[in-house]
Amino acid sequence: MHNKTLTELSLGLQAKTFSSVELTQFFLNRIDQHQQLNAYITVTPELALAQAKAADQRIANGRSDLLTGIPIAQKDIFCTQGVTTTCGSKMLANFTAPYNATVIEKFNQAGAVMLGKLNMDEFAMGSSNETSYYGAVKNPWNINTVPGGSSGGSAAAVSARLAVCATGTDTGGSIRQPAALCGITGLKPTYGRVSRYGMIAYASSLDQGGPMTRSAEDAAIMLQAMAGFDEKDSTSVDMPVPDYRAGLTKSLVGLKIGLPKEFFGEGLNDDVAATLAVAIEEYRKLGAEMIDISMPNLKLAIPAYYVIAPAECSANLSRFDGVRYGYRCESPVDLTDLYTRSRGEGFGKEVKRRILMGTYALSTGYYDAYYLKAQKIRRLISEDFKTALATVDVIMGPVTPNTAFGIGEKMADPIAMYLSDIYTIAINLAGVPAMSIPAGFVAGMPVGLQLIGDYFSEDRLLNIAHQYQQVTDWHTYIPTGFE
Amino acid sequence: MSLTADDVNKIAHLARLGIDKQDVAAYANDLSGMLDLMTQMAEVNTDHVEPMAHPMDQAQRLRADAVTELNHREAFQAIAPQVEAGLYLVPKVIE
Repeated sequence: MHNKTLTELSLGLQAKTFSSVELTQFFLNRIDQHQQLNAYITVTPELALAQAKAADQRIANGRSDLLTGIPIAQKDIFCTQGVTTTCGSKMLANFTAPYNATVIEKFNQAGAVMLGKLNMDEFAMGSSNETSYYGAVKNPWNINTVPGGSSGGSAAAVSARLAVCATGTDTGGSIRQPAALCGITGLKPTYGRVSRYGMIAYASSLDQGGPMTRSAEDAAIMLQAMAGFDEKDSTSVDMPVPDYRAGLTKSLVGLKIGLPKEFFGEGLNDDVAATLAVAIEEYRKLGAEMIDISMPNLKLAIPAYYVIAPAECSANLSRFDGVRYGYRCESPVDLTDLYTRSRGEGFGKEVKRRILMGTYALSTGYYDAYYLKAQKIRRLISEDFKTALATVDVIMGPVTPNTAFGIGEKMADPIAMYLSDIYTIAINLAGVPAMSIPAGFVAGMPVGLQLIGDYFSEDRLLNIAHQYQQVTDWHTYIPTGFE
Repeated sequence: MSLTADDVNKIAHLARLGIDKQDVAAYANDLSGMLDLMTQMAEVNTDHVEPMAHPMDQAQRLRADAVTELNHREAFQAIAPQVEAGLYLVPKVIE
């Protein structure tokens, strides 16, 4: 049952081969059996079974859609009414969301079943899932390695089949990098495509939610449910949502693929490079044409990101003050002590590091040198994408320089951790959509291929990913012990 | 550029963020490392480049000035650390 695709499960539910209650119980049992991965922060069996029962009723009444009765899991960054929503932090350990994120609301409307809330780096700040207050998630392909982050619980759960599919969010690579390291398909949509309402903010001009699935076809179904204008999100873009599944079967003959030399230079592991070369060759067989391009400002993405994201984070996280919700310290002596200790005790080290960095970058005398400068660099990076995407249909490259690293390996050196996001960060600064799809293995560990498209070209990216998945089977591999 | 322990304490105060004394040196070191990364930006001429605050360069959408939310005070205060008679409680500010 767990190896069936979303489409197959949906057909099984419609044909009443099995019920949503049976399917949901099956996944709840798997979650229970594989707790060692630490993929979930909160499992919601009662809610899931109640939703499954309602879904079965809806199917019986003939009012179902593709997601009705499908057990999915939500990254614990999406506010879920009546359910603990921690964002991976001690700060929100006692926080029961008083309302639903729009993404949650949309899945509820589609009749999907929520199995629980998935582990993540604290406030989505991290590339390994090790900054979670609830402990590191383990990579199902090798439990001594990280699943990536910040949507590490989502990637591990989908890879180990502890949910049919999951949501993630991506500020600097947090969907694509864990998808690559866990061998699944992940899509970061164009900024503004998926509502951010109720998605706990880290860096508001970069954050975007998206699907994490086993195939491009599953991602198309999930994105169909997630995408669309939302008046509750002031940066939501009011544009029609295409039929993502309808576009999957288009031929790739004549597709122009741009290969930026900056993506294949120093720093990229040789075996990963060789694996990607084979994947790109597959596209040539499908009729695509390769074009060498250059994006000279890509190397500036990390410094620009580590000004802009912390600056926005320091502003966004100022709301956690120990007064209205979340953690409050014991016996504060005065108001300053209440703020300072509640925040000091409630936030972990990586979050504090970024708040400090952002506060510094925005402080008097440094604003122009750091924040304004970074915003100008952001423009240059964005122009690189516009120029490249005017001549090619899609840009391809690595997602990560290496396969998954060991748990604990990079925690002592935050800068080394930041540098591992070299291929994903520029995409968020520009705001364009990008995917990671499974493209092979190096020493038994998954490698992801990154596909980057023009603004609002998710349909084309899904098509390009789907066509590859029709002629390869990397996306069907299951980690040992989870078959 | 490198930051001192004093700098870190000042920034932490601006952010109303308590940090453990024994961690101050490590934060100073980490932040200095981040600032080193940023020197790359200073080498790029951006004189005539418009800063980019948002990927879509869109104007803030406006809406009619109408009531759209109901009063959820009780639901919101149910998750607050300390409330009394509909008010959020904090330590005494004025003696």
